[in-house]
Amino acid sequence: MWTLLQIELFKISRRPRTYIAFAAIAAIVFIFQFAFKADGESYMNLMLQSVKDSFELEKMKAINGYFMCYIILNTLLIQVPILVALIAADAISGEANMGTLRLLATKPVSRTQIIVVKFTAAFIFTLVLLLWMAITALFLSMLIFGVDDMLIFRVKGEQSEILQITKDDVLWRYCAAFAYATVALTVIAALSLLLSVFAENSIGPIIATVCIVIVCTIISNINVPVIDRNVKPFLFTSYLVGWKGFFYIATTPDGQPIKGSIENWPAILKSLWILIGHIVVIVSISVMAFRKKDILS
Amino acid sequence: MIPVINVRNLYKSYKGFQAVNNLSFTVNKGDVYGFLGQNGAGKSTTIRMLLTLIAPTAGEIVLFDKKLQTHRADILRNVGAVIEKPDLYKYLSAYDNLSIFAKMSGIAATHKALMEQLNMVGLADRAKDKVAAYSLGMKQRLGIAVALVHNPALVILDEPTNGLDPQGIADMRQLIVRLSKEAGKTVLISSHLLSEVEMIATRMMVIHKGKKVVEGEVSELLDPAHTLVEIATTNDAAAKTKISQTPWGSYLQPHNGLQLMMNKTEVPALIQALVAMDIPLLSVNSSHSLENYFLSLTSSAAHVDIAAN
Repeated sequence: MWTLLQIELFKISRRPRTYIAFAAIAAIVFIFQFAFKADGESYMNLMLQSVKDSFELEKMKAINGYFMCYIILNTLLIQVPILVALIAADAISGEANMGTLRLLATKPVSRTQIIVVKFTAAFIFTLVLLLWMAITALFLSMLIFGVDDMLIFRVKGEQSEILQITKDDVLWRYCAAFAYATVALTVIAALSLLLSVFAENSIGPIIATVCIVIVCTIISNINVPVIDRNVKPFLFTSYLVGWKGFFYIATTPDGQPIKGSIENWPAILKSLWILIGHIVVIVSISVMAFRKKDILS
Repeated sequence: MIPVINVRNLYKSYKGFQAVNNLSFTVNKGDVYGFLGQNGAGKSTTIRMLLTLIAPTAGEIVLFDKKLQTHRADILRNVGAVIEKPDLYKYLSAYDNLSIFAKMSGIAATHKALMEQLNMVGLADRAKDKVAAYSLGMKQRLGIAVALVHNPALVILDEPTNGLDPQGIADMRQLIVRLSKEAGKTVLISSHLLSEVEMIATRMMVIHKGKKVVEGEVSELLDPAHTLVEIATTNDAAAKTKISQTPWGSYLQPHNGLQLMMNKTEVPALIQALVAMDIPLLSVNSSHSLENYFLSLTSSAAHVDIAAN
């Protein structure tokens, strides 16, 4: 199995399309960093407009590496599923399109092994992609903008609020958030892999994955009670942004943030288990479908 | 004789279409077994079932005395195959492709062993070039190297000469003969190019519409008893009627035109009989090539059904 995984990772590393995702992330991050370096104050003025009477702070100090990473993640983690799909959706269908699937399937390895290895390789790709995001969006931003307390803007119910996390209480939250995002994006990788089993070229599964993510995200954002109760709990997209929970710090009754705390741990854990459940179910279906597939390509 | 492939009552249907219909055959150790049939006859479907790419609807496949369904990995360790096109990873070099498939076949091939394999197919000097830059002939040779890298006892080649130039076809033919005679491998080769099979196969089977038409030693099937005599006259229809009223009528083939299948020794007597019947002859051609035999067997569906039964 380890040899198969090494082979799979070697193949992924040699494909030019693999590096598109890394280049895209770097480009977007650099654009954000340039824009905030050039005119971050305007953005902060806009964001702090509603709370300027009740909240005192140095605006430029608020734009620090931690804050930048949060802004970038908020934007990028919606687009990254497409980049994950670029590789995962190609796993089986790309082999079928090249004609190598029939060679692969005539080797003395089981079809279950092939799917498990393809999934593991897609997971590792996702992990490396998020590490790259951490390097560019977090560590590079820390170098460019420095480090300070972190401000989080959020809308809770009818009100918008600002949470402040002290600078020595942030880094572990990012580690946890990136780990959560890895699990969330692995669901996308698993979904792409499943769709890839049924296709003869990778365009179809990539488009199908993106369409499913878009449709499910829209449904996840519709605020209708009947959907809230009966549909949203079963959609993986309802949990994709659960990483933000690590930055929602618990507060004392008088509103003071409690260092090292998280407002709703059980909700994060529940989300993680639901995402892992999705992964297990989707990969199992992929294995069953691939075992039964007649390879005609 | 030790059977390497033993197929019994194999069926495969796709949504009502019977691609393979009650097919049984045996390939023995050391055979170069020609698997003949027109395009769409069911050759590739059968080969894909032998390689577990598609599942049979019914029937039994035994390779190396083991059931394929229950000993898949064990069996496939001893099988090398090129299926239709030699598709490989185009973005990798020939060396990397060979190395990958050696590992997947469960062997740790050394650099020397890989280079020797590439040298055998004449690609050692292009080992580091990406496959995308290879010609079809080079890809086909690399496909053969991939099929042989783990030293399998059984080599399955599905239409291995497709798209090759005459030199490539000759090289492939030589390679297959070498595999059989020098390396002692059992080779199953499918083709619709009958002349190819005629030159290299020791045993053969003709398949048509998923059914076996005939199976046997190539030397027996090319026996003079299977001489095809083609007669051209000024009025073929009238000649056919006359011939059918004589004992020669039993040799008539159910075709358009005038063809008789018979022993070569009887041809002079046939010509005398035709002259005696006042049939105005334009030409009489006799041949016993496998191609004529193949065409005579497969060009009439009705005849095929009779032959298969």
